[in-house]
Amino acid sequence: MTQPILRMQNVSKVFGGVKALNDVTVDVFPGDVLGVIGPNGSGKTTIVNNITGFIKPTSGKIFFKDKDITGMAPHKIADMGVTRTFQVMRPYYSLPAYKNLVIPLFSPRAKRTGGWRGGGRHGDRATVAVDILEEIGFERDSNIPFKPTSSLPTGYLKRLELARCLSLKPEVIICDEVFSGLSMSEIASMVPLIERLHAEGITIVMIEHRLRELFQVANRVMVMNFGQKLIEGTSDEVMADAKVKEAYFGSEKIEEVMTYA
Amino acid sequence: MSTQELRKERIDRGIKVRSDGLYALMSWREMAYLTLPRFILIAGMLSLPVFMPGVYWQRVISIVCIYAILALSFDFLAHFVGLVSLGGAFFIGTGGYIAGILNSYFGVPPILTVPLAAIIGGVVCTILLFPCLPLKGVYFAIVTLMYPLFMARIIEAFDIFGGTDGITGIDSFSSAFVEQYLIVAMLLIFVFGIRRMVNTDMGLIFTAVMDNDQAVKASGISITKYKSLAVFIASAMGCMAGACLTHIYMWTGISQFALDFSILPIAATVIGGSGTLVGPLLGCLILVPVSELLRDFGTLRIVFYASLLVGFILFKSEGLMVFGQRKYEQFERWKGI
Repeated sequence: MTQPILRMQNVSKVFGGVKALNDVTVDVFPGDVLGVIGPNGSGKTTIVNNITGFIKPTSGKIFFKDKDITGMAPHKIADMGVTRTFQVMRPYYSLPAYKNLVIPLFSPRAKRTGGWRGGGRHGDRATVAVDILEEIGFERDSNIPFKPTSSLPTGYLKRLELARCLSLKPEVIICDEVFSGLSMSEIASMVPLIERLHAEGITIVMIEHRLRELFQVANRVMVMNFGQKLIEGTSDEVMADAKVKEAYFGSEKIEEVMTYA
Repeated sequence: MSTQELRKERIDRGIKVRSDGLYALMSWREMAYLTLPRFILIAGMLSLPVFMPGVYWQRVISIVCIYAILALSFDFLAHFVGLVSLGGAFFIGTGGYIAGILNSYFGVPPILTVPLAAIIGGVVCTILLFPCLPLKGVYFAIVTLMYPLFMARIIEAFDIFGGTDGITGIDSFSSAFVEQYLIVAMLLIFVFGIRRMVNTDMGLIFTAVMDNDQAVKASGISITKYKSLAVFIASAMGCMAGACLTHIYMWTGISQFALDFSILPIAATVIGGSGTLVGPLLGCLILVPVSELLRDFGTLRIVFYASLLVGFILFKSEGLMVFGQRKYEQFERWKGI
C-alpha cells in the first residue's frame, strides 16, 4: 500500500459554539480523485480551508507527504504544492486575464519548477501565462487571454482559478465547487479538463454538488454531514448507503430524485 | 462621409496604441508624442529654481519637492499596494531626527546623512509598522496616524534628542545649488523609478495584494513580505525627504511630526489625480505655492485655501493628471496617414 499524499487526522474545527468539523480523518493517495459531497453547511469548504492553511484546525493534524502542515501559513502550503481554487472566484479584477497568472508564476515555487509544463525559464512570464491559459481553454484567437478579467463570464473565471493552481505545477489541487454556477455546456467542457489533469498525475480533491459529473471523474467519494464524515467509498457504495440517503433526502426514493440532480 | 474617410477616423483613434512599443519609433511625431510630456516634466522641474525670484521662493520650491515626495509615497502605498497611510509625518519626523542625530552627535556630513536616514529610517518605520500590516483600509490609516503623535509625545516626555527644543545647529547643505537640485533630482528619480517599478512583474504583485490578498496567498506568495517591502520603499522616500528638510532648516524638532505632513500630501494627491504618480507632484506644485501666496490674506488664508480644495474636488474630482492624460490620449487627428 502506497502512503497517502495528504492525510487529515482527527481534525476538528470549532467556530464559537458551532462544530464545523468534528473528528474528520481522511487519506488521499497519489493519483486519487477524491470527491467530497454533502449538504450545504456540512463543512466541505472548511476542510479546504483547513488543509490549505487559511484557517487553523482546533485540534487534529494534517500531513502532506508525512510532513506536518497543521497551521502553516497558506503561502507556505501552496509553496509545497498543495493548491486550491476558491468557491467564490477570486481573480484580480483590475488586471487582464493573462496577468492574473503572472502573479503565481512570480512565486518561489514557480521559479523552482519553471511553471506548468516547462518553458518557464526561457519564455517571460506573460508568454508562459498565455500558454497556460490557452491550454485550459482561453481561445487566443479571439483574444480572450488579453481581455479584462472583469469582463469574463463565470466559466472562464472558474478556469482561471484552475489555471492559477496549474501555474504552480501543483501536486495536489483542491477544487472547491468548480462546477457551480456553470451552464451545462460549460460543465461538459470542464470535465475532460479535470480528467486530463488527473491523467497528468495530479492528485485532485473535488468538493462538488454536481454528482453526475463528479462520479464520472472521482474514484472515491467521501460524504459529509454536520461536520462529520458519514462514509467513504466508491460512488456506488456511497449512493447505496442508507445514511447518505437520509442526509440528503430524509428518506427513500433516491433514484427518482437523482434523475433531476 | 465616404468609407475611406471613416476608415481614416478609426485608424487615427488608435494613436495611443500606435505609439506603444516598437510603433513609437515609426516617426518623430510619435516619438515626440511619447517623450514630450516626460521631457516637459524633467526640464520644468530642473529649471523651476532658476526662474524663482529670490531665495524665499527658491526655498518654497524645495518644500514643494519635499511634499511631492511624501505625496508620491502616499500615492504608491494607497493606489498600488492598497495601504492607505497617514504616516507622512511619521516618515518625515523619523528621517529628520535620524539625520539630525547623525549630524550633530556623530558629525556625519549632510551628503551621507541623507542616504543613511533613508535606509535607517526605512528600516525603523518598517519594523514599527510591521505589526499593523495585516490591517486594511481605514484601520491601517488610523494606526499610521497615531504613530507621529506617539513619537512626538515620547520625545517630549522623556526629553530625549533636545526635547521640545529639538536639535539645533545642524549643518546645512554645502551650497544653495546642492540644496536646490539634490531634492529636485531625488524627486524626479523617485517619480520615474516608482513608475517603472509598478510596471514590472514585482509591481504586479503589489497590485495583486491590493486587489485580492487571499488569491496571492493561494499563489504561494507571502503577502507580508511584499507589504513590508512596499512600506520600506515608501518610508525610505519619506525619511529621505525628512532628512533634506532637517538640513534645509538646520534644525529638527517635534514639529516635524506635525500632521501637515500627513494631510497635505493626500490633498495634493486628490487634486493631482490619484494613481498616476505624477499627479501628486502636480498637486503639490499647486497647493504649496498657493498656500504661500495666500499668506497676504492673514486669517482668511485658510478660508480661501479650503474653498480652492473644495472647488477642485467638486469640479475635477478625478484629478488634474487623470483628466489631462485622457485628453492627451484623445488627440485623434494628431497625425495624418
